[in-house]
Amino acid sequence: MTLPDPIAQGVAAGWRVLDGAAQTQDLQLTCDVLIIGTGAGGGMTAEVLASAGLDVMMVEEGALRTSRDFRLLEAKAYPELYQEAASRKTADKAITILQGRTVGGSTTVNWTSAFRTPPDTLAWWGERYGLQGLNSQAMAPWFDMAEQRLGIADWLADPNPNNSVLERGCQALGLKHGRIRRNVRGCWNLGYCGMGCATNAKQSMLVTTIPGALEHKASLLSRARVERLLLAADGKSVQGATGRLLKADDHSPSARQFNIKARHVVLAAGAIGTPAILLRSGLGDAHVGKRTFLHPVSICGAVMPQRIEPYNGAPQTVYSDHFMHTQPLDGPLGYKLEVPPVHPLLMGVTLPGFGQHMATLMQQLPNLHVMLALLRDGFHPDSLGGQVRLRADGSPELDYPLNDVLWDGVRRSWLTMAELQFAAGARQVQVIHEQAALQSRWKAAREMIGQLALKPLLARLVSAHVMGGAAMSSRPEDGVVDEYGRHWALRNLSVIDGSVFPTSLGANPQLSIYAFALRAAHQLCAALKA
Amino acid sequence: MINIKRRQLIKTGMAGSVVLLAAAWLAAPVDDYPAPLSTMRLDFLQAADGQIIRSLAPVMLGIAGLPLDDVVQGVDRAITKLLPAVQQELRQLFDLLANRWARWWLAGVRSPWAMAQAGELSQFLQRWQNSSLLLLRSAYQALRALINAAWFGNPASWGALGYQQPPQIMGLLP
Repeated sequence: MTLPDPIAQGVAAGWRVLDGAAQTQDLQLTCDVLIIGTGAGGGMTAEVLASAGLDVMMVEEGALRTSRDFRLLEAKAYPELYQEAASRKTADKAITILQGRTVGGSTTVNWTSAFRTPPDTLAWWGERYGLQGLNSQAMAPWFDMAEQRLGIADWLADPNPNNSVLERGCQALGLKHGRIRRNVRGCWNLGYCGMGCATNAKQSMLVTTIPGALEHKASLLSRARVERLLLAADGKSVQGATGRLLKADDHSPSARQFNIKARHVVLAAGAIGTPAILLRSGLGDAHVGKRTFLHPVSICGAVMPQRIEPYNGAPQTVYSDHFMHTQPLDGPLGYKLEVPPVHPLLMGVTLPGFGQHMATLMQQLPNLHVMLALLRDGFHPDSLGGQVRLRADGSPELDYPLNDVLWDGVRRSWLTMAELQFAAGARQVQVIHEQAALQSRWKAAREMIGQLALKPLLARLVSAHVMGGAAMSSRPEDGVVDEYGRHWALRNLSVIDGSVFPTSLGANPQLSIYAFALRAAHQLCAALKA
Repeated sequence: MINIKRRQLIKTGMAGSVVLLAAAWLAAPVDDYPAPLSTMRLDFLQAADGQIIRSLAPVMLGIAGLPLDDVVQGVDRAITKLLPAVQQELRQLFDLLANRWARWWLAGVRSPWAMAQAGELSQFLQRWQNSSLLLLRSAYQALRALINAAWFGNPASWGALGYQQPPQIMGLLP
């Protein structure tokens, strides 16, 4: 038996797929709609528009990798499938950002957790940003449609032992918790979603909407880095985009360029990539790149008395929003609790310290448990997020300064996680901070956490959720795009990705991006067909 | 002369950018202990950088008897996938560490890298890990991440961790 690869089959059957690295000449192309980026926003939009008969072209900076390339190897997956080889960092290097960079974008490598946008977040956008049309009731049909398309449903198997620790801890402390819905069909329960799904069970854009669009004569150009949008002479519309093709190493520019003319352009390059393209195109108005949010994540590790093999089984199936709801939305930062899958490379770079101490911990990998707290940023008046800016060479960088309100959330979340892990039976707990020691008792852990210095690169913070930077608004002067992602000044330009959110979400963003993309894409489709 | 300037700079506890500026003056490396000839094909690392990795890796990982060639190769491969802007920062870091004055005054390592003892290297790592300067903390973290990724991304490290890929699928992969 061998595993089928439907993408390779489609390509062999004649899908219109161009690899930038294989081109021997500059490319001059035209289409109705150019979609820049093939993640949650771009994938959804491409299928809607191509199915309606529009001539769609997708451009992706990463390579087209398919299940036959996915070998459950971190050292292969991170450089091939992630932005900056999974080591993208904020400007002061305090937060490591995991984002996909391959056909399918982050949906190819995410951990499948599917949450609808929390109702209180939508209500907040209505009250504070005048986006009343985006309430839970109005959004429900779009969530339904996305869930149906992508097999998002309750996960009926038992949580793996790694997730069970979170569940047990919540039960012991009386904290509200629940099970996570997943976008899978025929999942093998392996635990390697973050390295690309080798069985094509994960219903990512790579195996759903992108093939759907290609079946409807859309085309795909991979290993192509968009540098800037082409503006009309009067500066009132876009005519397409231009950029460089990349070599087979996926990273260095080849000598070849591309130029794509289009009636309409959709930016779907993610909340760092999209603002960067706007900035490089001279379209950086007052809001572009500002208020970029991350759900900064604090981490706590534990040694369990039993083997839990945290690398085995569906990565995320249990969560707790208890600490999202025990304070006002705009008060001290609330946080969502989840667990990550734990694999050797990721663990090696995440654990604090070095030398014998770390070696001893790594040798207990099958017994290690890691818990995450995702801090809900963007609601507290002092939580303003970060700003995407350009380096001298044009590459984007996110400056996300850490302030007191965030550090306060980090400390509270450490306390929660350590207490939870002990309550679930942990033998020892260690907050992921360079100066933290392993503690065997909750009381000692609590005292130590109270004293840890809150400084960048002492506490290890990560993020896999980049949101904002080209926010929706109800009035042109308050944001970059309207509620359908239409650019306020250039009406044949849309932004359809996580950059449109005016705050963070307070939940893993994949399903929110799908639903908002469907809503925007259907509106756009109707307008273009009219 | 440069030496004296460096000492004064460091004593004033200046902002990180000044350290980098100083690093740039020193970038033309004053030869340290001669680096061993290597037959390894490296794309980013130079022989002197390879020696720094060889000396630091066993101390960083707390593991003796590492296949050091593999670790150096892994670090090299990882760096080639990083952004040019980040590669430039790493170039400055390695040039700085390869410079004997910087090694002495900034890292506090008196012996050439090839001869430095574990205790001396461990103290250096600890100083940078906990430095009050963000720049030195980030340099420590860069070395740490590269060496850990190079080793734990290598299947040779997995046996000692009790880690293995799921057997039910491995035989089916191409």
